[in-house]
Amino acid sequence: MDDFIVRAFVGGLGLAVIAGPLGSQVVWRRMAFFGDALAHSALLGITLGFALGINLSVGIALLCLLLAMLLVVLQRRVRVAADTLLGIFAHSTLSLGLVAIAFMERLRVDLIAYLFGDILAVTIWDIAWIYAGGAVVLGALVLMWRQFLSATVHEELARVEGVPVEGLRFAFVLLIAITVAAAMKIVGVLLITALLIIPAATARRFARTPEQMAVLAAVIGVVAVAVGISASLGFDTPAGPSIVVAAAAMFALSAVTRQRAAA
Amino acid sequence: MPEALIRARGIDKRFGARAVLAGVDLAVHPAEIVTLIGPNGAGKTTLLRILLGLVQADSGTVERKPGLRIGYMPQRVAIDDLLPLPVRRFLELGRPAARNAIATALAEVKAEHVIDSPIQAISGGELRRVLLARALLRDPELLVLDEPVQGVDVIGQGDLFRLILSIRDRRRCGVLMVSHDLHLVMAATDTVLCLNQHVCCTGRPEAVSRHPEYIALFGAREADALALYTHHHDHVHDAEGKVVHMHEGHGHAGHRHG
Repeated sequence: MDDFIVRAFVGGLGLAVIAGPLGSQVVWRRMAFFGDALAHSALLGITLGFALGINLSVGIALLCLLLAMLLVVLQRRVRVAADTLLGIFAHSTLSLGLVAIAFMERLRVDLIAYLFGDILAVTIWDIAWIYAGGAVVLGALVLMWRQFLSATVHEELARVEGVPVEGLRFAFVLLIAITVAAAMKIVGVLLITALLIIPAATARRFARTPEQMAVLAAVIGVVAVAVGISASLGFDTPAGPSIVVAAAAMFALSAVTRQRAAA
Repeated sequence: MPEALIRARGIDKRFGARAVLAGVDLAVHPAEIVTLIGPNGAGKTTLLRILLGLVQADSGTVERKPGLRIGYMPQRVAIDDLLPLPVRRFLELGRPAARNAIATALAEVKAEHVIDSPIQAISGGELRRVLLARALLRDPELLVLDEPVQGVDVIGQGDLFRLILSIRDRRRCGVLMVSHDLHLVMAATDTVLCLNQHVCCTGRPEAVSRHPEYIALFGAREADALALYTHHHDHVHDAEGKVVHMHEGHGHAGHRHG
């Protein structure tokens, strides 16, 4: 097998393993649109990384983090419905990113690759970022799992029981920012949220505990990545969308089997 | 009387231009059941939230016994169906606990049978008991219960109040609760505090505080309970009618009126 194919699998599978548990928490906390808004802003991070002459993934993670903090503050200050604010934010930052890239004459980027992923161009450096970032994300999730769950189930009860709810909110946003930066090369800005929420939503139907759902979501994500990349190689389809199509097919299948079982 | 577990003095709270609480004093002692009653919008839940530290009062003080362990039962709990959560796991969220500690807590609230059920699938009454079990797992010195019988049928309500009484008797913990249900509350409390922005009146329903067994019986006997309720309600009603002049009449020395 060619090196670039090996790198694609190694990177994609690593990402799926992070996306399972994190995506489950995103689904439980009803933060799918929040994650999507952050992912849209990642393009702006590329210009930041380029302008500062730092690694693009670091630039993306930094910018996502800054924007995430801004978003958390805006959500409290601005009197606009949450979904409207997130919509404004997502599309404004995406457009800003596109405009900023157009202004940077020396920066030639393959926009399609950033929007929809270019998994077959994954480098060793990308893989290192996915695994290092992934270790941080998974480690943090494991350490704070019970507290995250508690805050999700009932925020006030959690606060009375001594859970630092505000701190967790920021920690969670940080985890999403790291994951967005890691996922961009694999599935692209527009499809990152899909990788977070589709495996988790699929796993829900078969899980009886939160942990089962998180692990199952990771497994489903791994299968989607493997099927998607194989299909991409076999049929010459774009890899990111192929992965998402594979995940969506599993979701549809699980919905159908569930209905048959219930009937 | 032993030292109070929690004591609030002169609590004021406004939301915008609206005064929700003005000069409210309250204390809960070990093994004492204090019940907040009052009409909708009287500030009962706000007062509870201030005592719990969830909301900051505009002025006034809240003193807690150092290291006070509080078990809290919120009024509304709605858990999304996307989260697969057996009751056992819900109970572990408050504090990591072994399965048999959880089974014991559930047995104390008479809800052992739901230990492995998804929390979204249990009835309103069972959910109340499970919430109580989560509070008990913290080995609380003070139980704070916001509308503990909400969404429970009348028979179930009596059962729940008897359960709260028996928990107090066994554990000697203080209990602070909010309720709408006047007649059942009268039978299950030591001190009633009627709130309508300020403390209208406060007192001890005698039969209640002196004879717990009698009360346990009393709760089941609607007619007698209602008679007691009517009596107290008249009293409260007077108070609400002329609140400003009420305070001296009720021995409310030191009551500040915001």
